[in-house]
Amino acid sequence: MSPVPLRRGLPVVAGCVVLLAAAILLAPLIGPSPISLARAFSRDIPFADNPDAQIFFVSRLPRVLAAALVGSSLAAAGVVLQGLLRNPLATPYTLGVSAGASLGAMVAITFAAALPVGGVATASLLGALLAVLVVYGLAGARHRGLSTTVLLLAGVTLNAFFSALILFVQYLSDFTETFRALRWLMGNLDVPGYGPIAAAAPLVLGSFVAFAWLARPLNLLSLGPEAAGSRGLAVGRAQRVAFFGASIATGAAVSVGGPIGFVGIIVPHLVRLVVGADHRLVLPASAAFGGAFLIACDAVARTVFAPLELPVGVITAMIGGPFFLWLLLRNR
Amino acid sequence: MSRVRPTVPVPVPVPARPRARLVRLFAVVTAAAVVAVATVTGTIAGPRASGLAQDPIPTRIVSLVPAVTEMLFACGAGPAVVGVSSYDRYPAQAMDRPKVGALVDPDVEAIFRLKPDLVVVYATQSDLIAQLTRAGIPLFRYQHAGLSDITETIRRLGRRIDHVPETVRLAMSIEKELDAVRASVAGTPRPRTLLLFGREPGSLRGLYASGGVGFLHDLLVVAGGDDVFADVKQQSLQISTETVLARAPEVILEVHPSDGWTPDRIERETAIWSALPSVPAVRHHRVRILADDLLSIPGPRVAIAARMLAEALHAPGSGF
Repeated sequence: MSPVPLRRGLPVVAGCVVLLAAAILLAPLIGPSPISLARAFSRDIPFADNPDAQIFFVSRLPRVLAAALVGSSLAAAGVVLQGLLRNPLATPYTLGVSAGASLGAMVAITFAAALPVGGVATASLLGALLAVLVVYGLAGARHRGLSTTVLLLAGVTLNAFFSALILFVQYLSDFTETFRALRWLMGNLDVPGYGPIAAAAPLVLGSFVAFAWLARPLNLLSLGPEAAGSRGLAVGRAQRVAFFGASIATGAAVSVGGPIGFVGIIVPHLVRLVVGADHRLVLPASAAFGGAFLIACDAVARTVFAPLELPVGVITAMIGGPFFLWLLLRNR
Repeated sequence: MSRVRPTVPVPVPVPARPRARLVRLFAVVTAAAVVAVATVTGTIAGPRASGLAQDPIPTRIVSLVPAVTEMLFACGAGPAVVGVSSYDRYPAQAMDRPKVGALVDPDVEAIFRLKPDLVVVYATQSDLIAQLTRAGIPLFRYQHAGLSDITETIRRLGRRIDHVPETVRLAMSIEKELDAVRASVAGTPRPRTLLLFGREPGSLRGLYASGGVGFLHDLLVVAGGDDVFADVKQQSLQISTETVLARAPEVILEVHPSDGWTPDRIERETAIWSALPSVPAVRHHRVRILADDLLSIPGPRVAIAARMLAEALHAPGSGF
């Protein structure tokens, strides 16, 4: 790795971080109803009598923060898994984490109707954990390191199996529960407060620390495990850190916003187009840009058909799908 | 780098008249669509249109629609009902009848086994309609719509099952009771009301509100409330807390099926709204959760539902 592209790419990383900061600051100002910032932050009006402040702090800010957290996690996890599996089509959902999370959420929605707040999120996190352990157990069972091929196959199989279980649970549930479950699967960032964000933040933060350490090992892994090993990388350890870090970040993100698609594959590719393949640039730039991207998508979902709301997963797919195709065609 | 070009001569389209080709293509597609639609509607509507006059009076009725089951029992045709949907809870006699599935999972074999001579179906159950039509079983199609469609459906049902005097009486008594509810709230202020029928338990997420059309909206109007979403011409809409804050309803009414709504839970779920203290309904403690099956069934008990809404809207001391 020559140091020149790294230095040239740093302004792009800084730009993505500025973009994320701008999105977090500006998005709470956008919404179906106009609000006055002066009133929202006024100390003279008690909070209970201040609809502007309530729209800002109760309705919009948690959503924007949730979008930032989920978008960053999914985009960074996408980068890590694409590097680990050496497969450009890998997404945060390839290894079955989201299917496990979804199964957990479906079970909670169907069989525990009156769960306390956060019950569905907790159940989805447990489901994600179950999926991670199963895939890890399978991929590590007959190899000393992780076999990326087995990892991939186990993930795809688990995705299919869990999807079948999800359909089975849905079949058992009644009409309103099915509807709620379906709505959960579309992805929704309208979090019921700051609680879910605070609960997911430590997990995401831990994963990001792991990702920071992973940037250089992922560069080496892209040469192949043997070549990386011959250059002194502890391949097995790097693979395990990458696998668990990406899985935990994904599980935390899905427990907050549901399985929102396309962020984890589009953002990394877009960033790579600009800064190249060096993970020391791609990882931080993707994390920042992913957050900004999802904040923008959610702003569209909130406002475009107001007072109706669109599921944010539909927006990311509608923006992301054609955009991705355009990228593919342009780069042939 | 040279591209491989086709060497076989291809008929070159006339470049000067691309519009003519488009027009032709459009004409062909339209014609195909018209034929397809005509065929489909023909097969569905055909037997019904032809069979309406000669069909004998049904004696073995299966109803997949709870609202129509209630109508059948209310007009005295209960003894002819031999099967009901898995969602039927009322009246008590309907509960002893065999269950044959519901909107999305009708059990066709169970329906055949009951040898019905009339099956009440939702107009959207196209697979079931096709199967029953093939078996030669007469159908009564039901479509969910506004409040006035309820008495209209009752009258249509009466003509179909030859209970005309009973159903006319039933429809007129419902209309009279609805008029009485209207009269009881006439002249009182009409609170701006948010009518919700869905919400994620324990949070203010996943709010589903009644829009400006449909049975729930009509009930609210009869009960003397102004719908905050009267301008949205949709039966239901998903909204966020921001929309609740912006529309600032004076009353929030939640209607739910009775299952699982204990007084404790109603109290707990009402308290959730305190997260939005600036909403007038929250500030003045005008959030009410009504848990009763009859609120979600557009059947003969609508007048009772209207009365319940009116009482919730205009409770003594509320100022409305």
